[in-house]
Amino acid sequence: MSNDAIALEVRNITKRFPGVLANDRVNFDLRKGEIHALLGENGAGKTTLMNIIYGLYTPNEGEFFISNGEGLHQIQIHSPNDAIQAGIGMVHQHFMLVPVFTVAENIILGQETTRGPSLDLRTARQKITQLSEEYGLEIDPDAIIEDIPVGVQQRVEIVKALYRNARILVLDEPTAVLTPQEVESLFRIMRQLTERGVSIVFITHKLKEVLAVADRITTMRRGQVVGTTTPAESDEHKLAAMMVGREVILTVDKAPASPGEVVMKVTDLNIVDERGVEVVRNLGFEVRAGEILGIAGVQGNGQTELVESLTGLRERKSGHVLLDGKDIPQLSPRLNVEAGQAHIPEDRHKHGLVLAYSIADNEVLCTYYQPPFARGLQRNQKAVMENAVKLIERFDVRTPSPNLPASNLSGGNQQKVIVARELSRPIKLLIANQPTRGLDVGSIEYIHRQIVDMRDRGIAVLLVSAELDEITSLSDRIAVMYHGQIVATVDPDKITRAELGLLMAGSSLPTP
Amino acid sequence: MDSDQKVPNQPKFLRSVLDVLLNENAWRTILVQVVAVLLALLIGAVILLISGANPIEAYAALFRGAFGTPIAVGRTLEKATPLIFSGLAVAFAFKAGMFNIGAQGQLLFGAITAAFLGFALHGLPPYIHMPVALIGGALAGGAYAIIPGALKAYRGVHEVITTIMLNYIAINVTDYLADGPWKDTSPGNVIARTPNIDPAAAIGKLGPVPIGFIIAILVAFVVWWLLSKTTVGFEIRMVGLNPSAARYAGIKVAKTLILTMVISGFLAGMGGAVETLGVVGRYQPGFNVGLGFDGITVAMLGKTNPFGVIPAAILVGAMKAGSSEMQFASGVAKEITDVIQALILFFVAADVIVRSLLRMGKAGEEEVKLSSGWGKQ
Amino acid sequence: MQNTMTTYSPWNRFFSRNKGILVGGLILFAIVVLFYVWIPMETIAVLNATVRLSTPLVLGALCGLMGERAAVINIGIEGQMLMAAFIAYLFNVWTSNLPLSILAGVLTGALLGLLLAFMAVTLKIDQIIGGTVINILAVGLTGYFYTTGLTTEGKLRPIIIPILNKIPLIGRVLFENPPITYAAIVLVFVVHYVLFYTRWGLRTRAVGEHPRAADTVGINVYMMRYVNVILGGCLAGLAGAFLTLEAVGSFERVMTNGRGFIALACMIFGRWTPLGSWGAALFFALFTAIATQISFMYGNTVNIPHQVWGILPYLFTILVLAGMGKRVRSPAADGVPYTKE
Repeated sequence: MSNDAIALEVRNITKRFPGVLANDRVNFDLRKGEIHALLGENGAGKTTLMNIIYGLYTPNEGEFFISNGEGLHQIQIHSPNDAIQAGIGMVHQHFMLVPVFTVAENIILGQETTRGPSLDLRTARQKITQLSEEYGLEIDPDAIIEDIPVGVQQRVEIVKALYRNARILVLDEPTAVLTPQEVESLFRIMRQLTERGVSIVFITHKLKEVLAVADRITTMRRGQVVGTTTPAESDEHKLAAMMVGREVILTVDKAPASPGEVVMKVTDLNIVDERGVEVVRNLGFEVRAGEILGIAGVQGNGQTELVESLTGLRERKSGHVLLDGKDIPQLSPRLNVEAGQAHIPEDRHKHGLVLAYSIADNEVLCTYYQPPFARGLQRNQKAVMENAVKLIERFDVRTPSPNLPASNLSGGNQQKVIVARELSRPIKLLIANQPTRGLDVGSIEYIHRQIVDMRDRGIAVLLVSAELDEITSLSDRIAVMYHGQIVATVDPDKITRAELGLLMAGSSLPTP
Repeated sequence: MDSDQKVPNQPKFLRSVLDVLLNENAWRTILVQVVAVLLALLIGAVILLISGANPIEAYAALFRGAFGTPIAVGRTLEKATPLIFSGLAVAFAFKAGMFNIGAQGQLLFGAITAAFLGFALHGLPPYIHMPVALIGGALAGGAYAIIPGALKAYRGVHEVITTIMLNYIAINVTDYLADGPWKDTSPGNVIARTPNIDPAAAIGKLGPVPIGFIIAILVAFVVWWLLSKTTVGFEIRMVGLNPSAARYAGIKVAKTLILTMVISGFLAGMGGAVETLGVVGRYQPGFNVGLGFDGITVAMLGKTNPFGVIPAAILVGAMKAGSSEMQFASGVAKEITDVIQALILFFVAADVIVRSLLRMGKAGEEEVKLSSGWGKQ
Repeated sequence: MQNTMTTYSPWNRFFSRNKGILVGGLILFAIVVLFYVWIPMETIAVLNATVRLSTPLVLGALCGLMGERAAVINIGIEGQMLMAAFIAYLFNVWTSNLPLSILAGVLTGALLGLLLAFMAVTLKIDQIIGGTVINILAVGLTGYFYTTGLTTEGKLRPIIIPILNKIPLIGRVLFENPPITYAAIVLVFVVHYVLFYTRWGLRTRAVGEHPRAADTVGINVYMMRYVNVILGGCLAGLAGAFLTLEAVGSFERVMTNGRGFIALACMIFGRWTPLGSWGAALFFALFTAIATQISFMYGNTVNIPHQVWGILPYLFTILVLAGMGKRVRSPAADGVPYTKE
């Protein structure tokens, strides 16, 4: 229940990074017991603002005010310690948990209970169990972080904040790694927390969630606050327009598919990871020319390993993968590429680009050894450059020169370089893994159009994404992946989000 | 906009040189390196003062001994020659993200193999004998480098420890060979060394300039061409900058790492061979000890650029050549040049210090990821 | 995926995880006893040599792991040992005060540790290059300032612990050692306790595994790394002092001869734990001692060049590391400089 008393207020926050004004005279206030959503695209400045509030960044200008029961008084926040003292706790998008430590060790880190010189884990365990029961957040203090599922890790992060007497909780993109059911569960926990007087800031870029759970919604764009509203006064379209600054088409325009021959056929695929755990089990599917098969599922259910296996980056224990009827040898990305496969990787910085190389060199990353780009050992720089100029024009990559290193480009443009490289070859199959992660709306629209375009030209597309909206709007068929297996293959027009959510969480649909 | 449209008729190499000369960034980098050396000399002077010597006298003697007469210059170039090779070796491995501290061991094997081919073969004309001994030595260095390369590529063992261990092993093995099966058993010889090489295998001089130095420069060219103009160079650099992307691009990372080490060892081995065939004339233990570390200083001072290695090697070679004169004229122990070298390495590696002194911004070059953990890649 | 773990007592966990090593250790011990019965003099000699040879290795390994647990790679241990050995030796020559000389050695190691920390943490230089700078600097400075013909008042004498030294076999090996040797063994347990049972150790390990997580709970990552590297440097300094004040009694150019790097191998072999490093160091030392003993006993009868014995420690190091291969798991942030945003 929110009342009008303000728990936290920041005024005039300005933060400059080299070349970027991340926060521009931002004013933000949080009422006691409310869930206040902070909405914006990637790069809008929301995480920067919260990092400032948590003391990880120091603003160039701005003031902080905290309520001490009698009204607001000004405080200084220069470090996480100051923020913790002020009762602010933060759950980061990428968890701040040491994987090899236990839950208890992570929770007490920095505020350890000791007996003499030794660590006192017993007292810590007691206090943690107490907190966990009080707030309904079930965790085992002695479990090792890397062994527990992501949803539980998130609970640990919340308990960590509560252990430090946080009255203000900042959650940064908490639902990115959760199934729809886990998201519901998180929202329930959030409401329970607010009932006990905790105030919550909820950072996200997902419109549906914001409308479902927030009391107030503040939208940011390009470092500035655009406006504050409530779910009652707004809807998805209005919010999207505030986020982007123009009208946004929320669905993708596409004609029905006309699938042709089977291009890729996977049967009985089994993959075991480095620790000996089975991550993909007896998996099988087909992708046809001219169709988009979407693999839906929460991250961590084997999708990463599946794509790595299909693209030759990971060994499989058993099973067959046929591309155009031919068995491609394992662990040979080059043969995959030569057989007509294109791959937009999930992590563009790790796999997709060499940031220090020029844009031109990145455009031939997979083909640099082929004529005309090289003859034997000798490379042909002229041909490489001509190719780059052509691609930059065709795919609208914003850069003054193809000679600049790829690190100079924005995320969206970097992804365009990869898309340009992969789609400009003669290909039969496109594997797109989280193709729009971390991108602005304009780039997302562009890439979606390219993918549909490829499909319409008769190319088979395998789309793997954790963004349910992307899957439902682009796919012609959806295969749901859970614990390394495909648990169902469905038609996107004939299934609801709720049902998809159930499948993604491993439950089966209720029989009609 | 595109610089390669400006001068379409000039040969490609000349265009690269012009690019460098016209590139402000390159001048700044050179300035930073020069200032780093000056700072090192300054601190070296302080140490000399502390130990009661006269730095001005000492440095003057050092300079005289390195550049004072044509013979001195020749000596400097002579000392610089193996340094160019070990600098190239270290710089080359660096491009693939590997630290070849084992250049010293590879150099020793190169030297003794060249000596062996030099004295064991007879009756060959010079234009066959010399290249055979030279390439043979280089191949020995390359072969010795397969060990750390394979261990890194297939077992993930960090090359720092393996190459240092292999250096010690190389010292022992070459000592044994020089004192045992390959010992000069002619009457009148008591020390542990190989026989002199056949004159046909020797590398001579052109006036005061050792031909070995010229060979080194040519090799630097080849290394430059390999790294910047070929597919192999493209692959090696990619592995150094982003091994994951290299795998994605279809490159066999393990094979590339081994190839890089082999080439690096080849270069180091050639350095040892050139020293044997051009200067010493046989193999003798105590041969150029510590050249492994020198290679690192030269490589870093030259910004791991094949052409930058040349002036860097001449600088370090000058210090070595001039140190005897310095010791003779002003009584200062030779080892001060080792200290100055360490300081050069420090200031070159910590170029942030120099840059902030000169009020320059951060460098914007390719950043190779060197060490990250001992096992998993 | 496990959601709960039954809580074992620390002893249970220790025994179940290290079954293989414990069984191996027992077998080894049985073999030693057999040899003692057969050739007591030689066995005692080998064991004494083992303890003596292992001391600088274990101290170096402790130095290395203290830094690496906080994610700072230190390949300059060799240089730290060499420089400390030299300074300790000089102090012994000038003052003839052995405790003071030990202190001088320790402080030298700490000072070089400070330099490494400065390079790695503040300047964010690549840590391998930083360590190399220290190594070259040490070789250069010790070579430059060393003059022959200096005399000292001797070295540290063994301290005999009464009663305990009367135990057969173990007594003479373990309880008749000079002070630094004792200190090394004690330090193994001290570092183990601090690293795994105290607040400081928890924070150090956090800084080494996930520095950003530590930062967000208010831990000063930079300071933790500085202090750990400097303390590690003290241990490397102690190892250097050991060489000139306890083992040899004088200084020689580059007398460390690769021990600093072998110590790193011990650290890796011991999986970045103090007890493991000690075991690895003993293992290496035992192997070297046995080889030396054999060459001693049979060197004259069988014609094996002395270089064969010379390369053994280095060869052994390579084989061990090659055998371990990719199964090593160093602290997650090892070698990566941290930047507070």
